[in-house]
Amino acid sequence: MSPPDAAALLLTLKLACAATLILLVIGTPLAWWLAQTRRRGKPVVEAIVALPLVLPPTVLGFYLLIALNPQSPIGSSWLRMTGDTLTFSFSGLVLASVLYSLPFMVQPLQSAFETITRKPMEVAASLGASPWGAFFKVAVPASARGFLTAIILTFAHTLGEFGIVLMVGGNIPNRTRVISIAVYERVETLQYAEAHALSLFLLVLSFSVLLFVYIFNRRFPIHVG
Amino acid sequence: MTVFRCSLVRTFAVLALLLTVGCSAPNAEKVPTYAATLAVASNFRPAMEHLKAEFEQETGYTLSVSYGATGQFFAQIQSGAPFDVFLAADTLRPSLLQGIGTTPRTYAIGQLALWSPVKEPVSSNTLNAPDIRHIAMANPDLAPYGTAALDVINHLGIRDDVTNKLVRGENVGQAFVFAQTGNADLGFVALSQILALPENERGAYWLPSSIDYAPIRQDALLLDRGRENAAATSFFDFLYGERAREIIANSGYKLP
Repeated sequence: MSPPDAAALLLTLKLACAATLILLVIGTPLAWWLAQTRRRGKPVVEAIVALPLVLPPTVLGFYLLIALNPQSPIGSSWLRMTGDTLTFSFSGLVLASVLYSLPFMVQPLQSAFETITRKPMEVAASLGASPWGAFFKVAVPASARGFLTAIILTFAHTLGEFGIVLMVGGNIPNRTRVISIAVYERVETLQYAEAHALSLFLLVLSFSVLLFVYIFNRRFPIHVG
Repeated sequence: MTVFRCSLVRTFAVLALLLTVGCSAPNAEKVPTYAATLAVASNFRPAMEHLKAEFEQETGYTLSVSYGATGQFFAQIQSGAPFDVFLAADTLRPSLLQGIGTTPRTYAIGQLALWSPVKEPVSSNTLNAPDIRHIAMANPDLAPYGTAALDVINHLGIRDDVTNKLVRGENVGQAFVFAQTGNADLGFVALSQILALPENERGAYWLPSSIDYAPIRQDALLLDRGRENAAATSFFDFLYGERAREIIANSGYKLP
C-alpha cells in the first residue's frame, strides 16, 4: 500500500473511532430516554434519529455545506473558537459522521434497553443504588450485546462513509481524504492495482470485525435474569 | 416439506423474474424512435439546454439528455449503455471509444476562471491574500479543469504558498458549489458556470491567459448505436453548425 493510501486508511480509522466514541456518549442517554419515555413526542424523535437511514448522503452533504459554511451561525462560531473551518476539516467530518451514523448507535441500544423491565431497576433502587448506579450496574450489563452491536455497526458504517465526505471533505490528504475517497480516485484514474490493495484490505477488515462479533455472540451468550 | 420449500423458492424466483421483466419492458418503449439519447458532460448543461431547445424547435426531433461525469459515462458506454451521442468533457475518453463510434471532434474549448461570488475584484494576487482560507478546484487527477487550475498555479509559481488552502472537488461542478456556498473563498471554475448565473450573482472573476494552462478541449462523437438514428445524426451535424457555435460561444466557451 502506498504512503498516501496508508495515510487515508489511518485517517479513516481515526474518524471511525472518534465518531463511535462521541455517539456512545450521545446515543446511550438518547436510547435510554426513547426506551423508557411515554411522552407523545417520542415518535418524532424516533423519526429524526432514523432519518439518515433513508436520506441520500447527498441531501445530508448538501445541507451540511450550507449549515457549516464560515458565514453560517454554526460555521462562524466554530471558526471563532478554533480558528479552523468546519467544512474541509477533520472536525467537520466527525460531525457529519455523528449525524450519519446516529441510527446505527441508537437503534440497537434502544431495542436492548426496551427488554429491561422496571423490576430489576426498582430492586436495585430499593437496595440503595442511585439511578446512575442502577443504570451502570443493572441496565448496562444486561444490554452488553446491544452495546457491542451498536458500537460495531457504528464503527463499520463510518468506515464505509462516502457520499457526505465527498461533498463536505474537499479531498485533503491527512485531513479529509478517507479510504472510500482514495478508492474512488484510484478507480476513476484506472489505477486498479492500488484500488485493489485498498479495497481488499477493507474487505478483509470488515469481514473479520463482523465475524468476531458473530462468534463472540455465540460463544458467550449473555443470560439475563 | 423440502419439496414444498423448494417449490416455494421457485415460485418466488419466477415471480421476481416476471416483475423485473414487467417493469423494464415499458421503460424500453418510452423513448420514441424519432428521439436520440445523449450523454453530456455536466459542465456543458447550460449550453446544452439552449442547443436542445433550438434543435427541437428547428427539426421536430426530440432529444433525451443525461448529464453526468465523463468518466462514468465512458464506463457505462463501454458496458453497452444506450446512448447515441456522447459529448465529453475531455478528449481522452472519446478517443478510447473510437472503436464503437465516429472519430471524435472538438465542439467546445473550456475557459478557466478564478471566481469569487462576492463582488470584490479578483486577480492572480487574490490567491495569496491572507484572508483567503480555502481555494476550491476540481481534482487534477480526475478532471481537465483541475489540471488547468494546477497549471495556472504552477505558472504563477505559488504552488507551495497555496497547497494548504486547496480543496478538491470531484469535478468542476463541485468546485463551483464549494465557492458558491461560501465554504471556499475562491474557486477555479468554468467561465460557462459563471455565465449561467443571473447577472447580479456573478460576483467577480479573473480569466487566466489561455496559454498558461493545457487547453480544455471537449470532444464529442456519434456512437455506432446512433448512426442509423436520424435525430442523432442531425443533432451531430447541428452541433458543429453556425447557430450552435454562436450559442456555445455565448455560453463561455472558445471554439475550435
